[in-house]
Amino acid sequence: MAETTVTHTGQMGPRPTGWHGIAADWASDQRAFKNVSWGKAMMWIFLLSDTFIFGCFLLSYMTARISTRVPWPNPSEVFALRIGGQEIPLILIAIMTFVLISSSGTMAMAVNFGYRRDRRKTAILMLLTAALGATFVGMQAFEWTKLITEGVRPWGNPWGAAQFGSCFFMITGFHGTHVTIGVIFLIIVARKVWRGDYDTGRPGFFTSRKGRYENVEIMGLYWHFVDLVWVFIFAFFYLW
Amino acid sequence: MAEATANGLGQHPLHAGHAHDAPATGVAQAEVHQEHPIKLYLVVWAWLFILSTCSYLVDYFGLQGYLRWSLILIFMILKAGLIVAVFMHMAWERLALAYAIILPPILVLVFVAMMLFEADYTLLTRMTFFGAGP
Repeated sequence: MAETTVTHTGQMGPRPTGWHGIAADWASDQRAFKNVSWGKAMMWIFLLSDTFIFGCFLLSYMTARISTRVPWPNPSEVFALRIGGQEIPLILIAIMTFVLISSSGTMAMAVNFGYRRDRRKTAILMLLTAALGATFVGMQAFEWTKLITEGVRPWGNPWGAAQFGSCFFMITGFHGTHVTIGVIFLIIVARKVWRGDYDTGRPGFFTSRKGRYENVEIMGLYWHFVDLVWVFIFAFFYLW
Repeated sequence: MAEATANGLGQHPLHAGHAHDAPATGVAQAEVHQEHPIKLYLVVWAWLFILSTCSYLVDYFGLQGYLRWSLILIFMILKAGLIVAVFMHMAWERLALAYAIILPPILVLVFVAMMLFEADYTLLTRMTFFGAGP
């Protein structure tokens, strides 16, 4: 049976750390990730593959931006907003960044309260995270609308290199899709926590297996990843 | 129980994750639950705000050239590191998992180097055949 191969570290004495730990953990016919459940390991591996997807988007953006002869539109001016008769550069993007970071903070606290079996606080914090995520998507929709009315298209824009539009819609669109999916799953998991599914061991609707409070942490991994990707998009696309 | 503190952060004053002694259900017993004081998350949250403000100010004050690029990269790496290490609990995982997840994305830098050459070459040919800028 698969479960019997799980190594109980406590029975075998402390496992080696550092480089010896890596070799010992990966060597021989055994489970490589000693104290991580499959759910968590698989979420990490999914996030790794997602990293490559976003990595390729940012790479193609870099290649397009370097190889064009036409000047790149200045994102500082493109994403400026007029507030109180004054042009403030990049202000909407800055607010979006703070909203997403705040949602990451509430998510981290939700994971913490989940392990403390505080159902109420966990569910409320998760719903707060979802609300902040939805706010982020809303502001992104506003940003897209503004740029589209100003004439930005995947094949051209009024300010410079034509590739600007395609890179912008591709990268932020894919990220926004990730946030939207995250919001949906946050609401699903928050509902399960609120109902006490992880205490009563109610089977999930899709896998028919009992969930655990670790599901909140796995959900959190995905959510923090969405925030992490935004850190890179913010740096490379908006600030560079 | 062996704890997931296989690196420098292990000396952190917090208690690292501890395993719950659940009754034997056949499921992995060695799994570690991450429990840290809320204060840690609030401190990291505050730092993420500070770093984001700093990177925004780089643009607000219109810094240019290598100063701008290096500041952007520094703030980006610090933010990414904080999120992965603390929010995603990577600092308390065993090195086998951390290296399996963190090393492959770093290898993307090789791809970046390749595409830098490629893009410069494309620009060169475009300048040669179409002239410098419309």
